Amino acid sequence: MSLAPGTTVRVSTRPHEGHHRTPGYLKGRQGRVERVHGRYRDPETRAYGGDGLPERELYLVSFDLPSGDRVLADVFEHWLEAAE
Amino acid sequence: MTHDHNGHDHPHEPVATAGEPPAAARVRALHELLVEKGVLERDDIRRRIDWLVSRTPADGARLVARAWVDPAFKRRLLEDARVAALEVGLDPGPSPVVVALENTQSVHHMVVCTLCSCYPKALLGPPPDWYKSLPYRSRAVSDPRGVLREFGVELDDRVEVRVVDSTANIRYLVVPRRPEGTESLGEDDLAAIVTRDSMIGVALPVAPA
Amino acid sequence: MSTRYDRVMERAAHDRGGWPTDARIERTEHDLADWEMLMDAIENALEARGVMNTDQMRRGIESMPLDEYERASYYERWLFSTETNLIEQGILAPGEIDQRLAP
Repeated sequence: MSLAPGTTVRVSTRPHEGHHRTPGYLKGRQGRVERVHGRYRDPETRAYGGDGLPERELYLVSFDLPSGDRVLADVFEHWLEAAE
Repeated sequence: MTHDHNGHDHPHEPVATAGEPPAAARVRALHELLVEKGVLERDDIRRRIDWLVSRTPADGARLVARAWVDPAFKRRLLEDARVAALEVGLDPGPSPVVVALENTQSVHHMVVCTLCSCYPKALLGPPPDWYKSLPYRSRAVSDPRGVLREFGVELDDRVEVRVVDSTANIRYLVVPRRPEGTESLGEDDLAAIVTRDSMIGVALPVAPA
Repeated sequence: MSTRYDRVMERAAHDRGGWPTDARIERTEHDLADWEMLMDAIENALEARGVMNTDQMRRGIESMPLDEYERASYYERWLFSTETNLIEQGILAPGEIDQRLAP
């Protein structure tokens, strides 16, 4: 799966025990893919001594704030679902 | 119980120096133990401390100043800041990716790491306490203009603030806007007005009086 | 007793984005103390040697109880995590540092 810049996405709200780099304040929020960073080793398994393979695609995703400003964050592909 | 110096002569570090927290002695003990176990080498640790001491925001400032005077370099900087740093003879550090974010008339970037304290320290030096603090990490993503106001920065409503949360392997560096009144300045003088805080995105460079 | 959990309380101590707070940002800065630079160097050396990686380091910090996490200074958290990881890997024995510090 590869998401193109401009794609509307939603951050998953699935429960996750243990280390992961998707912040709570973004879970369930809708955003837009801004950049495709490339593939990186998975921190969720590296954190427990694994090699982090297979690599996962990392995206810079933007989220609107009520003020008209935006928050952007790097989110891994397995935390994103394409949304309408 | 006698002390075993492992055959080398060195003064013991004091267990605690006045004003230090208990962690200080623990860290020194950890260091000694790991050297004794052959996990670490004293010289390697010393070199790493020297490297850390050598880190300065003047490095990041050189990148910004070069970008201000050389549009082709700016394009290369925005394409890959790591490669651009190497081009100028700077050490971009061990992070595999450094991304430069350009502030413009309509967009102002601000960087945070809400989960810990990720920061391009090879190019900016160690992050300030406030960057690592809980209030900054909490409020930067929910009230960026309020945070900017606390730092003395008031932006027009027409400017979009983009708060970038470094949640993964990418390190972000802000390229602030070149202020008015600096047209006659050379690259070195321009670098001198680029502050660390302006490369985090909580300050604006100021033209010299 | 309410059965509706405050969403924030479900989050781990380190996950601070959007955490409700009115606290002002204290613009404190300090030059790194010798012990802090030493801790930084130790952790980076361990990573360079493949003893630990950044994600293990972060996970160790995230395993701190909330009140300890909030009270600890930045490099105190690094120390906690490094000790935790080294003990887990059997490189340090539990209590070994305490023994070294004992008068």
